[in-house]
Amino acid sequence: MSQTDLEIVVDDPTAPEDDSPSVVSSGTIEIFVCLLLLALAVTLGYDNWRTGASWDATGPEPGYFPFYLSVILGGGSLYGLVVALIAHRKAAETFVTHAQARRVMAVFVPTLLFCLVTQFLGLYVASFFLIAGFMRFVGKIALWKSLLTALLFTTVMFVTFDIAFDVIMPKGPLEAAFGH
Amino acid sequence: MEAFGLLLHGFAVLLTWKTLVLMMVGLVLGIFVGVLPGLGGPNGVAILLPLTFTMDPTSAIVMLSCIYWGALFGGAITSILFNIPGEAWSVATTFDGYPMAQKGRAAEALTAAFTSSFIGSLVAVLLITFLAPMISSFALKFGPPEFFAVYLLTFCSFVGLGREAKHKTVISMSLGLLLAGIGMDTVSGNLRMTFGSPELLRGINFLVAVIGLFGISEILLTMEERLALRGHAASISLRVVLSVWKDLPKYWVTLLRSSFIGCWLGITPGGAIAASFMGYNLAKRFAKEPESFGKGRIEGVFAPETAAHASGTSALLPMLALGIPGSGTAAILLGGLMVWGLNPGPLLFVEHKDFVWGLIASMYLGNVVGLVLVLTTVPIFASILRVPFAAVAPMIVVSCAIGAYAIQNAMFDIWLMLGFGVVGYVFKKIGIPLAPFTLALVLGNRAEDAFRLSMIGSGGTLKVFWSNGLVGSITTLAIVLLFWPVIDGLLGRVGWRQRDKLAIKD
Repeated sequence: MSQTDLEIVVDDPTAPEDDSPSVVSSGTIEIFVCLLLLALAVTLGYDNWRTGASWDATGPEPGYFPFYLSVILGGGSLYGLVVALIAHRKAAETFVTHAQARRVMAVFVPTLLFCLVTQFLGLYVASFFLIAGFMRFVGKIALWKSLLTALLFTTVMFVTFDIAFDVIMPKGPLEAAFGH
Repeated sequence: MEAFGLLLHGFAVLLTWKTLVLMMVGLVLGIFVGVLPGLGGPNGVAILLPLTFTMDPTSAIVMLSCIYWGALFGGAITSILFNIPGEAWSVATTFDGYPMAQKGRAAEALTAAFTSSFIGSLVAVLLITFLAPMISSFALKFGPPEFFAVYLLTFCSFVGLGREAKHKTVISMSLGLLLAGIGMDTVSGNLRMTFGSPELLRGINFLVAVIGLFGISEILLTMEERLALRGHAASISLRVVLSVWKDLPKYWVTLLRSSFIGCWLGITPGGAIAASFMGYNLAKRFAKEPESFGKGRIEGVFAPETAAHASGTSALLPMLALGIPGSGTAAILLGGLMVWGLNPGPLLFVEHKDFVWGLIASMYLGNVVGLVLVLTTVPIFASILRVPFAAVAPMIVVSCAIGAYAIQNAMFDIWLMLGFGVVGYVFKKIGIPLAPFTLALVLGNRAEDAFRLSMIGSGGTLKVFWSNGLVGSITTLAIVLLFWPVIDGLLGRVGWRQRDKLAIKD
């Protein structure tokens, strides 16, 4: 190996433990998803049947194609349901462990809040909060680094999209105060 | 040699400063997303797509395809140095690439990976250059029934040949086709499945779904895993590069075999993942001492990388010639074409010569520039991995949201993206494949239009799909492929029975 090699080590202090207990098994989720899909298939199928799913003089009516797709989807999920129910009696495979679920929620909840804030305060303010908050509270990174990174990234995005490329993002009161 | 002249024209289109700069930007961004955990080819292309909305189509596709090449190159860096496959198709590269790096031969392994990626793509691009114009001019004769038959063939081959549980592929595909149908019906103008919601009137945008399915869900999945890593960032010296290249002719059989496998699986929906494993396994089987594989053999890097890249590139062939994407990324590029106002399909070669040949030329140039770029900048990109994921993850989320919003300027789409993120996460974990869903969502409306136009043309009889030799054989092939597992099983049983009879006679 040459002199210029640099070793790269990245630690993950909050990594999910391997022996964390299972929250829910894959089989249970599969049954749940199949039931949901079945309900969706019935709803969409009914809506298409109402729109008209038969043939008229010129060929299939608007609902024809999607109606039969709903039937196929319904059939597929029904089959999946039966398969999952039969397999459910055997040893269950883990869908997500406790520790994993905690980490996934640590991303999902901030993302959800981000969408909510975007709706009211605009995308740039929301992304500043998301990045700074996530780095500080989930990543345990120093406050000044978090704030600086968030500010830099948000500014670069604003300049790239709103100014250079003319791609307009949702904005709120802050941008309005600066005349954008 | 018409193709050659047109290709030169394509290079002429490409050789402007602006395009070259965009190409470099695309490649750098691509390698960036390829190296980062939780992002990869399709995600990177989907997230960066909005950057291109205000560009002209040729610049846009050049930049996007360069992002794709960059991501393919980038995936190899993490596989070899850190034993972390950036993409599913880089998994096979880790088998021999990582042991090589551990033995201090990282530079060699990286050079081998980049070079073989380059060779694989080059073979596939050559194939595209000469085959795509032929297929598209043939397809110009297609009417709605032929097109529907080709779509049917695509869908059926996914179900019949896919490795996932059949009913899960069917679920994923029919769900995609259904969601594609939401909104205004293009033939009659009626509203469908909107349930009175004005937001659903626009329909579900394909790209919004893709950003959620691949971008957001990937972040959720990445967080589940331990993100610690350890490895060396090797730099590549010219001496190593030359010594690897000098040995290349020795491995021509491996390279050629893998290119062939890759091209074949790329055009048919086998995909790059299958191609890389098949390339690796065949190289192992035909080797003189197969037990030395997995311990750091350079052929173990050549074989999967060549196949994966040949496959990733040749997946663009059916997209260009017929408007049918051969992979998830090709489907996203197809979505891009529609945003830029181009109509994918065989007419592209007639109506937008600049665009098509510019793209093909950019595949040649992008791969050459990409090869030079990765060979010289590996240490820089490897150190990107030092950036903590806690900083990268929220930035990816923001980029996803910008992408989703920019497509139709709708806040609803950001919520939709979040929803698809959850769907993608759950589907991936319970083994419902996302590729058929993506394909169905992007092709749904076109398939339905083709079906209904053929019905209107024929007066409502399904016989139109067997009305001439061409459409008849495509439709029949589609149905055979759909039931292929059943047919294969039956054939196998007959074969056994005959063998039993022979055995009794003996």
